[in-house]
Amino acid sequence: MTTVRTDSALPVPAPDVNPDTAEFWAATQEGRLLVTRCSQCGEAVWYPRPICPFCHSTDTVLEQASGRGTVYTFSIVRRAPGEWGQATPYVLAYVELEEGPRVMTNIVDCSVEDVYIGAPVEVVFFDTGEGAALPRFRLVDA
Amino acid sequence: MSISGQAFLAGAFEHPGRELPDESLAQIHATVCLGALADAGLTMDDVDGFFCGNDAAGAGWISMADYLGLRNLRYMDSTESGGASPIYHVSHAASAIVAGKCSVALVSLAGKPRTGTNSGPGPLKVPEDGFEGRMYGVAGATSTYALAARRHMHEYGTTSEQLAEIKVAATIHASHNPNAFLRKVMTVEEVVGSPLIADPLHRADCCVVTDGGGAVVVVSADVAASLARDSVKIMGAGEAGKIVNGGKTDLTYSGAVWSAPRAFEEAGVTPADVDYVSIYDSFTITVLMMLEDLGFCAKGEGGRFVQDGALVAPHGRLPFNTDGGGLANNHPGHRGGVTKLIEAVRQLRDEANEGVQVPDCQIALVHGNGGDLGTRMRSATMILGREDS
Ligand SMILES: [Zn+2]
Repeated sequence: MTTVRTDSALPVPAPDVNPDTAEFWAATQEGRLLVTRCSQCGEAVWYPRPICPFCHSTDTVLEQASGRGTVYTFSIVRRAPGEWGQATPYVLAYVELEEGPRVMTNIVDCSVEDVYIGAPVEVVFFDTGEGAALPRFRLVDA
Repeated sequence: MSISGQAFLAGAFEHPGRELPDESLAQIHATVCLGALADAGLTMDDVDGFFCGNDAAGAGWISMADYLGLRNLRYMDSTESGGASPIYHVSHAASAIVAGKCSVALVSLAGKPRTGTNSGPGPLKVPEDGFEGRMYGVAGATSTYALAARRHMHEYGTTSEQLAEIKVAATIHASHNPNAFLRKVMTVEEVVGSPLIADPLHRADCCVVTDGGGAVVVVSADVAASLARDSVKIMGAGEAGKIVNGGKTDLTYSGAVWSAPRAFEEAGVTPADVDYVSIYDSFTITVLMMLEDLGFCAKGEGGRFVQDGALVAPHGRLPFNTDGGGLANNHPGHRGGVTKLIEAVRQLRDEANEGVQVPDCQIALVHGNGGDLGTRMRSATMILGREDS
């Protein structure tokens, strides 16, 4: 369990929480990253939902992920509209979780030039102030 | 049942404007619809099928039908598939014609991103909200297409200079087009020297932002035979959706790997038979990846394929987007589908601009990608031939 931070250098918009995702977002407030696991075929599923998109079973559970992964791909965003424009340059990325799914996120707490494909990362949470915390990732030593 | 040879593109019209502050969105639709019908030798009262996407003003097809005075409609379709929508519309119109549901179908697209706003519906509440997009600073499509470009470079050694070759070819073509938004030929050095928007994509890797629109008319064989103008034969069409697939995201390919074989099979031709391609070119990386996925080169070979002027008309190995495409000519409503159809019609009628007409152009491929190379997308491929082919 990691702590939920309030010192984000990036905007922290609130998600649209719905019945599919309420349990996921509640866990983020405790610094826990959950991933849907299908009880039938065993696949990990991203984003959270009660139907497995692989075998179409509705027998799924949210389980705790390790919070570790590697960078699958990334972009250094240098022009952006609105409040994100104040935060440039920042890193938009896909992180491949240890559990398998590749998730869209940001890489934070580093120089944008330090990010590379394959870099090991771990999750950090940033409080939206509206009942959810956003999972982002930071570089860790290999 | 196949649509091959059963439906024809009889008219095509591209709005000549690129900045239209004094025209309403609906008016631009009206201009291009009238233009395409006049090109075909038909009138609004001949139209019994109408197709538009979310770029149309108002509530789908009914608002535009009302505005245009389309009183004889018997087949309507507001399929929304992003920038590829018009290619879906032509495909669906051909199927409707084969089924006897209509005989003159009008397909329209317009937008005003340069001087106004599109009046389509606002953002929908999508199920993936919170896990993509606005939460993580996705800044327009450039940032997510950059994710695909970066991965392509990592896996296959593709370079920014190779991507730049695509822009260079587009600007060479646009220099022959008096209506093109960019008319100055760019060099590879100028493309890679333009400011980075989202690494590794530069400003010049992106399409232009323009107002405008275009329309095409799809007709039955009987109607085509009755018209004075040469029509263009629809030989085959393929559609596909590429989903994010529960997190098994792979950004190295697009839905064209499925839509293209479907279109080629229906048309009974292969990539080697294609004389000209219109490929929706939202970004340089889009074209490079489509060349691979459409079957013009092996996966990972796109970068090498585009070198040495392969895409440059009239004598390159595979001339593309001879109007200048979205990269240099026109990208009305941030949607490239209709202009791709229109330039293919021009090529197959020998009506392309002087200097870029492909000699003896018999078969053209049109491909559109709607949605996002970095997440989920719709793909539509169409094979077109001369009326008498
Ligand atoms: Zn399953």
